[in-house]
Amino acid sequence: MSSHARPAAEPAPVILEMAGIFKIYGSGAAEVRALDGVDLAIRAGEFVAVMGPSGSGKSTCMNILGCLDVPTAGSYRFHGVDVSALHRDELALLRRHYMGFVFQSFNLLPRVHALGNVELPLVYQGVRPAARRARALAALEAVHLGDRAGAVPSQLSGGQQQRVAIARALVTEPSLLLADEPTGNLDTATAGDIMSLLESLRRERRITIVMVTHEPDIAAHAERVLQFVDGRLVRDGPPA
Amino acid sequence: MRPVDTLVIAVQAIGRNKLRSFLTALGIIIGVASVVVMVHLGRSATRAVTEEIASIGSNLLFVMPGTSQRGPGGLRIPAEPFELADAEAIEREVPGVVVAPSLSRSATVVYGNANESVSVEGTTNAYFEVRNHPLAYGRPFEPAEVRSGAAVCIIGQTLVDDMYLDATPLGSTLRVGRTACRVVGVLSAKGTSMGQDRDRTVLMPIKTVQRRLAGELDVNVMYVSALVDGTTPRVQDDIEALLRQRRRIAPGAEDDFNVRDTQDVADALERTTNTLTVLLGAIAAVSLLVGGIGIMNIMLVSVTERTREIGIRLAIGARTADVLTQFLVESVVLSTIGGIIGLAIGMSATWLATAQLDLPFVLSPGTMALGFGFSVFIGVLFGFIPARKAAHLNPIDALRHE
Ligand SMILES: Nc1ncnc2c1ncn2[C@@H]1O[C@H](COP(=O)(O)OP(=O)(O)O)[C@@H](O)[C@H]1O
Ligand SMILES: [Mg+2]
Repeated sequence: MSSHARPAAEPAPVILEMAGIFKIYGSGAAEVRALDGVDLAIRAGEFVAVMGPSGSGKSTCMNILGCLDVPTAGSYRFHGVDVSALHRDELALLRRHYMGFVFQSFNLLPRVHALGNVELPLVYQGVRPAARRARALAALEAVHLGDRAGAVPSQLSGGQQQRVAIARALVTEPSLLLADEPTGNLDTATAGDIMSLLESLRRERRITIVMVTHEPDIAAHAERVLQFVDGRLVRDGPPA
Repeated sequence: MRPVDTLVIAVQAIGRNKLRSFLTALGIIIGVASVVVMVHLGRSATRAVTEEIASIGSNLLFVMPGTSQRGPGGLRIPAEPFELADAEAIEREVPGVVVAPSLSRSATVVYGNANESVSVEGTTNAYFEVRNHPLAYGRPFEPAEVRSGAAVCIIGQTLVDDMYLDATPLGSTLRVGRTACRVVGVLSAKGTSMGQDRDRTVLMPIKTVQRRLAGELDVNVMYVSALVDGTTPRVQDDIEALLRQRRRIAPGAEDDFNVRDTQDVADALERTTNTLTVLLGAIAAVSLLVGGIGIMNIMLVSVTERTREIGIRLAIGARTADVLTQFLVESVVLSTIGGIIGLAIGMSATWLATAQLDLPFVLSPGTMALGFGFSVFIGVLFGFIPARKAAHLNPIDALRHE
């Protein structure tokens, strides 16, 4: 299943584990079950694509995986820790140290140059300016944007902005990268570049990637595809 | 997160919207500036009063009719005025004093085409010594002129400057009210004090003022100078005893007049200026409060506008306290900058105003510290609600915000 070598006798540990997860909005007739009983486990180093029609609960699932949102019911363990018992600030610390996010709409700070955006997670980690700058520059170079460090987002193309966002997500060396339709706003060629970038970064750094996408050929980069329909996980297996 | 970084983020956010930041700080600038100006001007006025009184001398007593008792409705019970005989009695029976009785009226004086409205003071030659205000040239009143209430006058320097141009005032005829007076002397210049021109005055024999201007034989006030230093308290007691006797005040009843030395007057004036200072300061503080509300308003708008930024920061790992301090520091920096600019403007304005009004320029570090501290406090106070709003945003909702 995995594309690179790993001792078969010793499978990587499960780092994300959802059991009976519900996310329900509204009540009575207006009730919406964004997630309707989801069980899933993801091992360290996996590259997982999440697919499904619009409104099927993909983003909701990602947000819960990323500790940005809490489920209505069910248990979610991150690195074995039951996240439902944690305070909002403890969740923030989990995100700060273990997770990186890439969004469809890039979500860079608009008036801050690329280097500043990439430095931001390190600012919250309390890293000193010199070390911060060096690491952010290295991260920008890893996404081939070392020469655009001083550009603000409006001076960058969509693909470049998304690469800055990827650098920002990876600069803290997280164990988990969550990407919600990272190529959704990009043209096909640029989307291909972003995907090969993600793949090579994953190979070098052995991080776990969970990525939402609509496009089968993007999902084909993953080792495993989760298919959602109406808040339920209907298929879990290798790409079609 | 390092505190320095919080500060840097706040300063950058302020710098990104310079005009808006300035307008927001303007409320604080105006507030602090007005507090500083008001309180300092009040202090200057108090200082001017004290210096003024000190220059009058410490051996001077003011004897005025009036009681400290209040009648129904809190009104002062009117007291009998003095008469010339009282002044003569004091001079005769209290040893070591010079007494200048005085009755003032305001009147229009006319010379040629020029006319001025002045305060005319009827008194005796003792005035020059007691009030420490000698003649510049000319002569004092003749004893006969004082006795008979002759139409003669001695005028202040301002009137000479304004009305006589090049002509010499001595021997000229000046119309005071409806009386034609001969000018016999000119007072030495005293200059302006507390915004009042002390050279804009006319002296006449007291009987002249009583008969021709006032139409009554009252004496407003008696200035008494103790000739020997350190005898003022004794003189004060003697005058009180004498006047009680002359005015037939029963033992145990309260005086219907008061004898105050310059310190009493200084204290009274100082109380007045202090009250004014507090009042004006309070009004200015209200404008500081309004400035604070302005900060809160803009910070609330800013939080709404930057909801998405807050969402990004939360997603990246900012904790409640990180976002709270970021916005709190922003509003405190804003109000502190406003406070500093306000202090600078306030000090300059105070300096200008004191120069214009001829008041001493008094620096009060306490007031400056208070104004500055208050502006920082306002930043915390009015920044807190917006900062709290920002810090408690739900990351998902904030990220989705358009
Ligand atoms: N904050 C919310 N309030 C109410 N309904 C919501 C909210 N967020 C998501 N939903 C609903 O939950 C369902 C799943 O949404 P989402 O996870 O965003 O779907 P997807 O990402 O697969 O398109 C949708 O029907 C959506 O309308
Ligand atoms: Mg979605």
